[in-house]
Amino acid sequence: MTHPTPAILTRYAQGGGGLDDASLWSIEVHLDTCADCRAHLATPATADLLERVAVSLDQAIRTGPAPTPARRPALSVHRRWLAWTLLPWLAMTVAVVTCGVVLDFAQPSLPSLVLLLAPVAPLPGVAVSWSRRVDPNWELLATTPSAGLAMVLRRTLAVLVVVLPVLLVAGLSTGISVALTLLPCLAFTACTLALGAFVGVRTAAIGLGLAWSGAVLLPSLATESLSPLLRPGSTALWAFAAVAFAAVVPLVATHFRRLRSGA
Amino acid sequence: MRPVSAAETAPTLVPWLVHAQSLRVRAGKHLAVDGLDLALGAGVHGLLGPNGAGKTTLMRALSTGIKPAGGTLTLLGASVDGRADLREVRRGLGYLPQQFGFYPRFTVREFVEYMAWLKEMPKAAIPDAVQRSIDRVGLTAKADAKMKTLSGGMLRRAGIAQAIVNEPLLLLLDEPTVGLDPEQRLDFRDLLRDLGSDSCVLVSTHLVEDVVAACTDVLLLNEGRLLFQGTPDDLIARGGPNDAGDSPAERGYSALLRQHRSNA
Repeated sequence: MTHPTPAILTRYAQGGGGLDDASLWSIEVHLDTCADCRAHLATPATADLLERVAVSLDQAIRTGPAPTPARRPALSVHRRWLAWTLLPWLAMTVAVVTCGVVLDFAQPSLPSLVLLLAPVAPLPGVAVSWSRRVDPNWELLATTPSAGLAMVLRRTLAVLVVVLPVLLVAGLSTGISVALTLLPCLAFTACTLALGAFVGVRTAAIGLGLAWSGAVLLPSLATESLSPLLRPGSTALWAFAAVAFAAVVPLVATHFRRLRSGA
Repeated sequence: MRPVSAAETAPTLVPWLVHAQSLRVRAGKHLAVDGLDLALGAGVHGLLGPNGAGKTTLMRALSTGIKPAGGTLTLLGASVDGRADLREVRRGLGYLPQQFGFYPRFTVREFVEYMAWLKEMPKAAIPDAVQRSIDRVGLTAKADAKMKTLSGGMLRRAGIAQAIVNEPLLLLLDEPTVGLDPEQRLDFRDLLRDLGSDSCVLVSTHLVEDVVAACTDVLLLNEGRLLFQGTPDDLIARGGPNDAGDSPAERGYSALLRQHRSNA
């Protein structure tokens, strides 16, 4: 590697007068890689300038505002839109399940309300978490690279993190089968997402909620006998349904990428 | 100074950053963009047109938010119609929708950070990029104010900040100057010229003046079709002394629309 002569370096340091562009560029490229030449470049005047800049920078940093401390993510949950929007729906879900527990104790002759409500318990939360009518930032979200199934699943998980423990406690306290409380809940959540890819998560949740109420919940209450779907024998059926719908969801993932999904 | 990656300095290998051929896009049941041919390179392109011309629907299609109903659409050299994987294209996009919602409890910085994260920027680059884009739109003093305390013009600028945070190759701004005061609009024109030097910026607006002042190229859209594409000077040259409007550009705009309506 040939180093520029001290005379050329001096001219470069003084602003490059008399040097053509090509030589200026080659000097710059050379200086990038050669520490010795950079050291030659520094005249007492430039060293003095650097010193003054450093001192004034230090001064400005000392007197300026302190940098904002990094926030801890756990503390910023209360700022999140989803947390506030989900709160009333989750509170309602918890209240309804609690009523179910109370009624189970008060009226043991009736079929267990906790069992009947478990499949539809996550639906209000899931519907709200992926709806373009509810999310103010929807149009921006739907055009980012991260929009899609991963985001839907993350939001669904936030709902399940609250709903599943509530159902677990309700199931344990009334002494009914834990598998028959949680598996239908998971199966309905997966089915909402699978159907939601085609008709929108909100519509799917409303449709499934109505279908369950009409076909199982109300008839069971009217006849005062639990539907065979919720008898211990159908546990395997629910497990199969949950796995099957969950397996369908990744196959329809492309439907969650555009604005219209979740309409 | 920030390090420049090899991808950024690589020459663009596509002739057009936006290329549409007989593009059709639906807004609900209505075909709002109907047979549009469009080719855009780097620079600032102003999108003009009367209400209902299909400007917002076109913007939504270009932002990959809605799927075209027909024709071909190529963004940044990649096809985005049908079942294409949009991820790579979306990383190079910036979009400010006409109705732009926000999370009221977020501060401006948190909002722009969140959008940068959604745009899959490298984690280490986010804080600097966020500060830079907030500085560029002139919101530095309000960076840590909650979104719900901002005025309409400030919200609009926060929206522009999130759109430019990933230094997009294709920047779509739908009515960005709504709510900005005259001084901010002047600053915004400077920002546009700056952004347009190495990326494709498409600005939809009703303000003919903004287009003439800051755009290198004018597009006039009417009833879902492209009526005119040319420089601001071409637009001005179309206007005669008898056309409606208070400035040469406005006269050119109304002359083009009048001409089209009398032909139709």
